[in-house]
Amino acid sequence: MQHTITTLVENKPGVLARVSGLFARRGFNIESLAVSITEDPTVSRMTIVVEGDDAVLEQITKQLNKLVDVIKVVDYQGIPIVHRELAMIKVNAEPSARAEIMQIVDVFRAKIIDISDKTFTIEVTGSVDKVDAMERLLEAYGIRELVRTGRIAMMRGARTP
Amino acid sequence: MKLTGAQALIKSLKREGVEVIFGFPGGVVLPIYDCLYDCKAIRHILVRHEQGAAHAADGYARATGKVGVCLATSGPGATNLVTGIANAYMDSIPIVAITGQVRTTVLGKDAFQEADITGITMPITKHNFLLKNSKDVPEVVAEAFHIAGTGRPGPVLIDIPMDVSLGQLDYKPIKSVEIPSYKPTTTGHPLQIKKAAKAIAAAERPVFYVGGGAITSGASPELVELSERTHILVATTLLGKGAIPETHPHSLGMLGMHGTAYANYAVAHCDLLIAVGARFDDRVTGKLDAFAKKAKVIHIDIDPAEIGKTVHVDIPIVGDCRTILRQLLEHVEPRQETEWNEQIMRWRKEYPLQYGSGAALYPQYVIEQIWEVTGGDAIIATGVGQHQMWAAQFYKCRYPRQFLSSGGLGTMGYGLPAGIGAQIGRPDKIVFVIDGDGSIQMNIQEVMTAVMHKVPVKVAIMNNQYLGMVRQWQELFWNRRYSGVDISAQPDFVKLAEAYGAVGMRVEKKSQVADALKKSLEYKDKPVLIDFRIEREENVFPMIPAGQSIEEMMVHRPK
Repeated sequence: MQHTITTLVENKPGVLARVSGLFARRGFNIESLAVSITEDPTVSRMTIVVEGDDAVLEQITKQLNKLVDVIKVVDYQGIPIVHRELAMIKVNAEPSARAEIMQIVDVFRAKIIDISDKTFTIEVTGSVDKVDAMERLLEAYGIRELVRTGRIAMMRGARTP
Repeated sequence: MKLTGAQALIKSLKREGVEVIFGFPGGVVLPIYDCLYDCKAIRHILVRHEQGAAHAADGYARATGKVGVCLATSGPGATNLVTGIANAYMDSIPIVAITGQVRTTVLGKDAFQEADITGITMPITKHNFLLKNSKDVPEVVAEAFHIAGTGRPGPVLIDIPMDVSLGQLDYKPIKSVEIPSYKPTTTGHPLQIKKAAKAIAAAERPVFYVGGGAITSGASPELVELSERTHILVATTLLGKGAIPETHPHSLGMLGMHGTAYANYAVAHCDLLIAVGARFDDRVTGKLDAFAKKAKVIHIDIDPAEIGKTVHVDIPIVGDCRTILRQLLEHVEPRQETEWNEQIMRWRKEYPLQYGSGAALYPQYVIEQIWEVTGGDAIIATGVGQHQMWAAQFYKCRYPRQFLSSGGLGTMGYGLPAGIGAQIGRPDKIVFVIDGDGSIQMNIQEVMTAVMHKVPVKVAIMNNQYLGMVRQWQELFWNRRYSGVDISAQPDFVKLAEAYGAVGMRVEKKSQVADALKKSLEYKDKPVLIDFRIEREENVFPMIPAGQSIEEMMVHRPK
């Protein structure tokens, strides 16, 4: 099962290597990873999407907690959250296809953020499913390049980890 | 007070109570070595290979309970520590490894003797630091010792670039360490304690399974009291040896692959397994789904990640073993001996540890004789292999921190440097290194260290001219194809000892054993090597083949 884990860590050099190294050597699979600073500049947040059963997840959270630089680990399983992912897609856009593509962009509430004579670069934000769906639709025109951020997530309501 | 980074380092080490450093110098640690030159409070033990320094710090830590310290230069100096650090990590031994590093201005530019040692040791340290600023030295040293020695202990590495050692800082001693993200749990949850006490009262066939965590936490008195109050017998792991005196009637000796048959039968048939500071290693459990399969499991450990890592646990209690056993003593009612105790005693009678009674020189006999001449009071350090298992089986430990052995990593060559470290930490004790002819050669250069520093360790080499444990596996599971294990091409260990300035002896007959051992005790200012020419193809039994269950246990050599 897919889990979204949020990890608050000391904002120090090498922390990302400690966390990613831990996943690699213990055989845990990272589906996506997003890292940024938080409202507190001494703290970074890693949002990690992993695949695994309950036993694996228990090991992941416990092993993460053992890292001295890790302040807090929360598995969002069973907790209502809002989550987003952002993608930029550079897609072929021949003059004949432009209207269609713009319609898709409109429906997905995405944005065209760059145009060349042969391509659009489209920014789309949303759940993983939404980004996946957008990607599928654009495949027909020929995707030249695609970049996705990985999931970020927050609890709904006033709660924080 | 204005100090250089190196001066602040030495001052901080003194504040931590460091009395000895095992090290080897080099270019970028020159500022530190220059400070050590005038430092009366800290003794520097010059090893002959940095691996020896790490193992010696480890042996010192195991024997004394203090944090061991080793020091090496950058690049190859640092990478030579790696095996010793990994060894300490696997066995949860507190050491602080200090390495020099190239100047921060050239870091990452492949400078001479540069190696990314914090990157390399990330998976084998509890934590590590790369210092970038001289002003951080006091705080980082204090944090390193705090992290190494508390919670589940482990090695911590501090990498110090040369310009950080040379740079100036305004030194202020660190009074206390506060790391918000590091707060080990020490006290057991009261509810879990009550549940455990209830389970103990309800059990018909309980048994203790005790590991290195009990030694680390100093839980021996509580363990013995609890065992005596409840008449629950105690099996220990290799690292748990001495947690209960092995001469105590409640001790079942070691369990696991080469454990006593009766300890393994007790665990296999118990209905309550009380694990104390042990981590269900595969050398203990064998085949997991056959291990203690009728048992409810209580698991006491300071590391929450060990709970449920390999086996299902019914009653986990996270915290310091000693504290938790004390809490348990408040709730556990006395129990009488039962039919279960008698059953275990019958197994003990039926399947005792044994070996050949002929005239040949059996290694087990040598180890028993070491026990005799030392009154069972010597600290034992071992290498890895058959001799290690014979030592574990036949040297009955009387007290904790008596048996120093590489458990998790299985590092050949650990014994001699660890024995040197232990002897330096415990000059009041006799230290015997029980080693193999293969294992000893992995760090034989440290004989020179012992000679130079007048360390009177006794080294008993169980010499069968084989890499014996591998040969045993080949004999039993690989159709006697002895590939790569014959080491009859070997130095004359007596002459070698003498060449180093140590005492060398050779023993080929049973009748010479006791005299040679007694004679070795007379040397108080130099090491003694005794080359015991043991029966070449003697095996370690009992044996449960790797990954199998107690059903497959070979109590003796198969016919």
